[in-house]
Amino acid sequence: MVSSPSSYPRRLAALLAKAAPAVISVGLLLVAWEFYARYSGIKPTTLPAPSRVFAQAMLNREALVDNAIPTIRATLIGFACSLSGAFALSMLVDFFRPLRRALFPVLIVSQTLPLVAIAPLVVLWFGFGLMPKIMLVALVTFFPMLVALVQGYEATEAEIGQMLRAMGAGRWRVFLLARLPSALPYFFAGLRISITYAVVGAIFAEYAGAAKGLGIYMLNAKNNFRPDLVLAAVGASAALTLVLFGLTVLLQRLAMPWERAGREPAGKGPSR
Amino acid sequence: MSRLELRHVRKAFGGLDVLADISLSVGAGEFVSILGPSGAGKSTLFQLLTGAEHGQGQMFFDGAPLDDHGRHFAFMPQRDALMPWRRVLDNTTLGLEVQGIGRKAARARVAPLFSEFGLEGFERHFPAQLSGGMRQRAALLRTVVQERDMLLLDEPFGALDALTRTAMQRWLERMWRHHSWTALLITHDVREAVFLSDRIYVLSARPARIVREITVPLPRPRHPTGAAARQAGVIEAEILDIILNSQPSEGHDHD
Repeated sequence: MVSSPSSYPRRLAALLAKAAPAVISVGLLLVAWEFYARYSGIKPTTLPAPSRVFAQAMLNREALVDNAIPTIRATLIGFACSLSGAFALSMLVDFFRPLRRALFPVLIVSQTLPLVAIAPLVVLWFGFGLMPKIMLVALVTFFPMLVALVQGYEATEAEIGQMLRAMGAGRWRVFLLARLPSALPYFFAGLRISITYAVVGAIFAEYAGAAKGLGIYMLNAKNNFRPDLVLAAVGASAALTLVLFGLTVLLQRLAMPWERAGREPAGKGPSR
Repeated sequence: MSRLELRHVRKAFGGLDVLADISLSVGAGEFVSILGPSGAGKSTLFQLLTGAEHGQGQMFFDGAPLDDHGRHFAFMPQRDALMPWRRVLDNTTLGLEVQGIGRKAARARVAPLFSEFGLEGFERHFPAQLSGGMRQRAALLRTVVQERDMLLLDEPFGALDALTRTAMQRWLERMWRHHSWTALLITHDVREAVFLSDRIYVLSARPARIVREITVPLPRPRHPTGAAARQAGVIEAEILDIILNSQPSEGHDHD
């Protein structure tokens, strides 16, 4: 159904009303911070005001963008590797159940490794290039994605499976027609969580050693007693995470149109 | 001649007898119901027929032993099992797609049936946008369009509210007369069984055995009023007595 032009301002107003609480709470937090930084007598080298952070971010925007690019690259490449690996392995696990019991303990242990300890080691082994970043991003995102997918396959309605087999479908057809689409809500839930981990993982890897990147930028700024620049870089990484998060939400809407359709009242009659 | 014939079929799950000695037959164009209390193993019988489970005893279709490869049945599960991610049109073509028929040809076969099933204009809707009755009709459409020899209906209206269920039963009776499907219905609704069936097999509680076979002598089309309704009421009361008396009671020893 195409929305009439007259409903457009109304939809915008509804969107604003929905966003208002978040905007107000973040705004209040910033105002309180600004007041505290200005009037409590705290030194800007300890806690800079948000206005100063913003001004410095603008002044140093070229350096920030320059350092954000390697972080984005590491995040996206690492996450893409992790995602394709998790997808391939999830299918294997779904077809060969014993594999699950063999693999999951190892993978759970991988999630208990403290990044602080493992990041410098990975950099030591694989150098300052892209490789250790990809590995750390994959380390933090692989297991959540694998679990989400495997659980998603298992959430397939038993009756749909039984019906498909009665229709004459083999395991592969059942997987493609029922198990894979059934996993989509789980997949997107996992994606939303993992994408935030991915950015943190990339920054951590850079913190442990890199030529360029938001992580190493933060470390240098801290060593130069510039908390305003540390916070500017934090703001940049937060913005990056929010954009990626927003993309997953958008992707989910495009990939699962039935979700929204189900929430809207059923069309009273056929639309002709 | 009977199309489907079961002889002394039994099934146990891990030492627990679910089906104990089921023998029944379904003739061509006949509407037969299996009526029994919940948990009696009625659905297990369908699992044996569709090859999802294996039991003892003999099963024949058109006189030949039933094996997993002979696909004689179109199965409609208890809940509608519509795929929420497929539009109604694509849900109804599912069985044809699995048979290897191309999407275009499958749609062409399904499309003319939409008006008869009261779904015209809803082809592009998602299942979540349909009412319970429409969902069941879509599920039945998906089942019959496979053009298998026989329909297996597993409590198709169990999840509907009472009014919708009655409307659906009347609609199904009308559709069955038009198409003369061979159908086997599982239900625990005595009225539904009497209203729809030519014959009824009454099952005992688990382990299930057939305690009575009842031929429903009511004329078709079935009328929910007048003398036929009174006669139906008598049959319903008789069946209820049989079922309730066959329930295991305290001190009663089943062997």
